[in-house]
Amino acid sequence: MANKIIARNLNFFYGKTQALFENNIEIEENKITAIIGPSGCGKSTHLRIYNRIFELYRDQKADGELIIDGENVLSKDVDVLELRRKVGMIFQKPTPFPMSVFDNVAYPMKLHFKLTKSEIADRVEKALRGASLWDEVKDKLKTSGLALSGGQQQRLCIARAIAAQPEIILMDEPTSAIDPVATLKIEELLLHLKKDYTIVIVTHNMQQASRISDYTGFFYKGRILEFDVTNNIFTNPKNKKTEEYITGRFG
Amino acid sequence: MQSLSNIESKRRPLFFRKLVDRCVRIFSIFSITLAIGGMLWILWTVISHGIKVIDWGFLTHPSKPYGIPDAGIANALIGTIFITLGSAIISVPPAIAAGIYLAEFAKHSKTGNFLRFCANVMMGMPSIIVGLFVYIILVVPLGTFSGLAGSIALSIIMFPVVMRTTEDMLGMVSYTLRESALALGMTRARTTLCIVCRSAKNGLITGILLALARVSGETAPLLFTALFSDSWPTGYFSHPTANMPVLITEYSTNSPFESMHAAGWGAALIITALVLIINICTRIIFKEKHGK
Repeated sequence: MANKIIARNLNFFYGKTQALFENNIEIEENKITAIIGPSGCGKSTHLRIYNRIFELYRDQKADGELIIDGENVLSKDVDVLELRRKVGMIFQKPTPFPMSVFDNVAYPMKLHFKLTKSEIADRVEKALRGASLWDEVKDKLKTSGLALSGGQQQRLCIARAIAAQPEIILMDEPTSAIDPVATLKIEELLLHLKKDYTIVIVTHNMQQASRISDYTGFFYKGRILEFDVTNNIFTNPKNKKTEEYITGRFG
Repeated sequence: MQSLSNIESKRRPLFFRKLVDRCVRIFSIFSITLAIGGMLWILWTVISHGIKVIDWGFLTHPSKPYGIPDAGIANALIGTIFITLGSAIISVPPAIAAGIYLAEFAKHSKTGNFLRFCANVMMGMPSIIVGLFVYIILVVPLGTFSGLAGSIALSIIMFPVVMRTTEDMLGMVSYTLRESALALGMTRARTTLCIVCRSAKNGLITGILLALARVSGETAPLLFTALFSDSWPTGYFSHPTANMPVLITEYSTNSPFESMHAAGWGAALIITALVLIINICTRIIFKEKHGK
């Protein structure tokens, strides 16, 4: 029951506008934690602190503590490249690189590890199997990743993220641009992946949160109003706002 | 909702709205016909005047002074290829690097805006001034016209064009792609060069080809730099070098002889065809990606 990620008093600013207020959360290892809440409540913003991807934009700033494996990763001493290897991320829109299926998965391996060709081939297969994509693409490893269907592209991105040997996988509405059948496939995949990875998923889809997550956090206007075991959130919410949201009265 | 329903008497006549619609459409069609008609007229003039002189000898023999038989334009054709490729070699790498800087590292910064402004000024600069500039800083001190000086003049014209298209093409690459590369632990430089540029590859090639097509017909800068010569362009680095635009100028305006006027038209047709081919190539390359 180890806590992989602990956020303490996280605040976030877009320029002078504060978007997150005093976020505190503890995320357990090898579990799926869902983050739900109405549009614009700061779910994605919160997630984007975990791998410091927000630093791409000059006017965005986070303060507070974000502790991963006992280390405050917001500290300047933490190497962001290494942090991002350890904390993979999947985005709303699938983003295959403009290269072959094989190279998409091989790229992060070559980036972080010195491997022989056969080791790479072996690991590419494992990563694609891990993302339940191998059977569909094993005969077209050399075709462009952009030629796959949307759902396949998203699983390719998951395989690519796994290839970097992360410990945590962040998902920012990973199924919102994908059809329902492909969505189910990805949900099954996530249940499988949590054996090896800690998963934090932002979702607009409350059924999705209740189907796959172990814990759920409800965000509202930049604050975490409620955080609990998923079942409790959906059957017995303590906060009035949470109840209104999950029963569909707003959002 | 009383106030919203009782306005039937104030309806605008449909007739008038349709008339405006029709007028706009007719005016657009008229304008496009004018533009395309102009282009076809130019093409027709060049082809009808030029086609007569084009034969194998015209394409393979070098130009010669008036009266000597077996004259052609081969030296000017090769000279133009040398000068244009030379300008690309000089300008493309730094222009792409500058475009990358503008798109990736100076998107909204003051420096970026200033550089963008400079590039726009450079693009609007009359090409004859570029020619004069290179004449003063290179041709006069070295005491000789040369193909290289021509390449340098053309590269000054190419630079801002390639820089801005690079910036625009990289700007079309989605931010999520950049983020997903960075999220894998890539550095900014690797993300830019291996992922973003690769994504925009066809656009970048298109930009370079269009810039090449544009400068290959530039005349004014070459008058002051490469000038012209009847020999093969072996003296690219140190001697006046034959090229198509100056050949056309010389033959068509400075020669009293009918046969040279005709050769000028022939050369004009060849360079038009070249530019057209480059344009068609860019269409094909660009479509490969964006057609899907």
